Amino acid sequence: MSVDTVSLTGWGRTAPTTALRFRPRSYEEAAATVRGCGPRGSIARGLGRAHGDAAQNAGGSVLDMTALNRIRTIDAGTGTVVCDAGVSLHRLMEVLLPLGWFVPVTPTTRYVTVGGAIGADIHGHNQHVSGSFSRHVQELELLTAGGEIRTVRSGTPLFDATAGGLGLTGVILSATLRCHRVTSSWMSVDTERAVDLDDLLERLCAGDHRYRYSAAWIDLRARGRATGRSVLTRGEHVPRYALPARARRTPLAFRPGPLPAAPARVPEALLGGAPAALLNEVRYRGAPRYRIGELQKLAAFLHPLDGLPQWSRAPGRTGSVRYQFVVGHGQEEALRRIVRRISQRRCPASNALLKRFGTGGPGWLSFPVPGWTLALDLPAALPGLARFLDSLDEEVATAGGRVCLAKDSRLRPELLSAMYPRLADFRSLRAELDPDGTFRSDLSRRLSL
Amino acid sequence: MKDAFGAPQSLLVLGGTSEIALATARRLIALRTRTVRLAGRPSPALESAAAELHALGADVRTVDFDALDSASHETTLGKVFAEGDIDTVLFAFGIAGDQGRDEEEPLAAVRVAQTNYTGAVSAGLVCAGALQAQGHGSLVVLSSVAGERVRRADFIYGSSKAGLDAFTQGLGDALHGTGVHVMVVRPGVVRPEPAAETVWAAETVRAAGTVRAAGAVRAAAGFASAPLEASPLTTTPDAVAEAIVTGLRRRSETVWVPGSLRAVMSALRHVPRPLFRRLPI
Ligand SMILES: Cc1cc2nc3c(=O)[nH]c(=O)nc-3n(C[C@H](O)[C@H](O)[C@H](O)COP(=O)(O)OP(=O)(O)OC[C@H]3O[C@@H](n4cnc5c(N)ncnc54)[C@H](O)[C@@H]3O)c2cc1C
Ligand SMILES: NC(=O)c1ccc[n+]([C@@H]2O[C@H](COP(=O)([O-])OP(=O)(O)OC[C@H]3O[C@@H](n4cnc5c(N)ncnc54)[C@H](OP(=O)(O)O)[C@@H]3O)[C@@H](O)[C@H]2O)c1
Repeated sequence: MSVDTVSLTGWGRTAPTTALRFRPRSYEEAAATVRGCGPRGSIARGLGRAHGDAAQNAGGSVLDMTALNRIRTIDAGTGTVVCDAGVSLHRLMEVLLPLGWFVPVTPTTRYVTVGGAIGADIHGHNQHVSGSFSRHVQELELLTAGGEIRTVRSGTPLFDATAGGLGLTGVILSATLRCHRVTSSWMSVDTERAVDLDDLLERLCAGDHRYRYSAAWIDLRARGRATGRSVLTRGEHVPRYALPARARRTPLAFRPGPLPAAPARVPEALLGGAPAALLNEVRYRGAPRYRIGELQKLAAFLHPLDGLPQWSRAPGRTGSVRYQFVVGHGQEEALRRIVRRISQRRCPASNALLKRFGTGGPGWLSFPVPGWTLALDLPAALPGLARFLDSLDEEVATAGGRVCLAKDSRLRPELLSAMYPRLADFRSLRAELDPDGTFRSDLSRRLSL
Repeated sequence: MKDAFGAPQSLLVLGGTSEIALATARRLIALRTRTVRLAGRPSPALESAAAELHALGADVRTVDFDALDSASHETTLGKVFAEGDIDTVLFAFGIAGDQGRDEEEPLAAVRVAQTNYTGAVSAGLVCAGALQAQGHGSLVVLSSVAGERVRRADFIYGSSKAGLDAFTQGLGDALHGTGVHVMVVRPGVVRPEPAAETVWAAETVRAAGTVRAAGAVRAAAGFASAPLEASPLTTTPDAVAEAIVTGLRRRSETVWVPGSLRAVMSALRHVPRPLFRRLPI
């Protein structure tokens, strides 16, 4: 097992802290690490795609789970997969697609681990149909404080605390997943332009039930009557029989390009002001007003960011903040107000997505609840951003909504219990299961989880 | 823990009655700070500073700390860190001394050096060790422009700040990559704020710009009314506090207040000594 001292951040590259990083290759090594961790505790880390400080642990131990990456069994008949927690969704896609199966839920990047997907109870563009990731997990093996390994079945309190529990109940070692049947690796994509926010919400309400995947890119630079104008893309897996002849020869091919290297540093000036507004203009005008049935490769549709140089990853030295919140149905006025405030401020927001959520996740700290979710990236160096986001938090909390903890790096701790009503249950289960606080992260310290 | 904008949740101030430190604490409490430890020599002023910050909503306690008693630093400061993580430590203790008298009384001069430099060396190393052990945190040290190019008029104070400044830079390099951030702050002449002008504009979007502009206007006004008294090198505790908060956000290593000092001092640094001696500064 390799051990080193490293300075770690989340994907947003804010608030670096230093920890001892262990890279266990077996359950025994993982258990030994947890048993031997000092007073500052330990936390599991996958591919570090969480934007904030969820997978770092200042002065303590961090278990890099990516060496535990075996796919143990695949039942090609039922689509049930048993795999280690360090397996990435990318790897699962490579292995499962040729067998006619697809991961039940994928975020907009494939480069997350199964452990991270459960720990953050991630959602995808199919959230309104399929719910969040942990709904498709039958059981998991959890390494708890003291180094004991428990099998945790879906539907039990420990499962519900672990799903979305940000690694704070223990280290997930393996999981049994139910996958989704597909007969090709192609998507049929419908694109529409929405002239403003109301138009978008209407289209999402009217048509979402007809699609498995749906999300809208929203132009947060547009103001006035165009506020909230968006490009809505929705898609379906194409059945093999509907493919054109050429694609039918290798219907399940999955050969996305390699992950482009992230630039060391992108000048903030490139992302802000006029260039950003112009890019948005081009993106909006460049999208078809209405187009149906466009055939797209799966990766191009679901993971467009994985194919791009990662601009948003590194604006300047101070990194970026991803802000994602959800407010319930009936709270459209709050959503409108927030969108208006963001666009009036002319924030250089990038990767802004708006989506309609369906039924929430089982986890006590799972983020999704039925309603509207908006996510955007902002450079952390933006003056006044801290207070601005605080004021958005207030609006979100007042509307009964919540912000996403896996992306958070700045929430005011006082708002947490209003946003997550099951927080008390989570805390008491943790107090019982892990009285000494073996599992801790920078996020758990910051938010007193 | 600090958030993405470098705003700490817990703050330890050494020199708990310092005006600059209190202005900084007020700003940080308005952001995320909930725990404040004010270290200093016990005095009514220290207690009233604690009461004032407590009224703003923070959990405040005072800690006995004497910069001149280096031997005690390990225990007193160690105790503070043992109670919980400290996200930001602010070194604000220091004395200006009295140049005229200090030249006459070597022991008085030594006191300046011991407070500003030796005291900071021992306290600095203790805090650096504790921050390193917790794997994160910022150490903010108030140096002074007086240490950048030492003048005839205050070379005893200036040389102590020069030592402090060099020590802090070295410590910052030693801690580079450990998750601990060290920041040197070099204010010009700090004058108390005229009462009406407490600038809270920092809350607004164009904060940085506004304050800087306001500072420049104020400096210009000061210059016009009292050419020998004030200059663009003058600043206020609140402006220093704002620069510290911005520096924390940007994880800066060096902060000049006002910012224009950076250019002024880089020119002054190269002025030959015969000429420098004759400059009216
Ligand atoms: C470009 C991009 C797009 C994204 N899109 C989406 C999206 O559409 N929807 C969405 O929901 N999220 C999205 N995310 C966020 C990402 O999916 C989650 O943060 C996910 O948790 C990252 O997985 P990871 O393996 O990198 O985990 P890390 O970032 O390393 O860890 C995340 C959390 O999971 C915990 N964890 C990791 N492994 C384990 C384990 N084995 N046992 C217990 N706990 C563990 C960690 O402690 C931490 O709390 C996106 C991120 C990026 C960078
Ligand atoms: N004011 C300026 O123009 C200026 C300019 C540049 C840099 N600075 C530096 O900035 C820092 C703070 O400035 P300020 O104007 O806010 O200072 P201040 O109000 O004069 O406060 C100085 C602080 O240092 C403390 N102190 C002095 N001797 C001490 C000792 N032996 N042990 C413990 N604490 C001691 C004082 O505590 P007591 O209450 O017990 O005396 C007081 O809290 C200082 O380091 C100063 O050198 C100031």
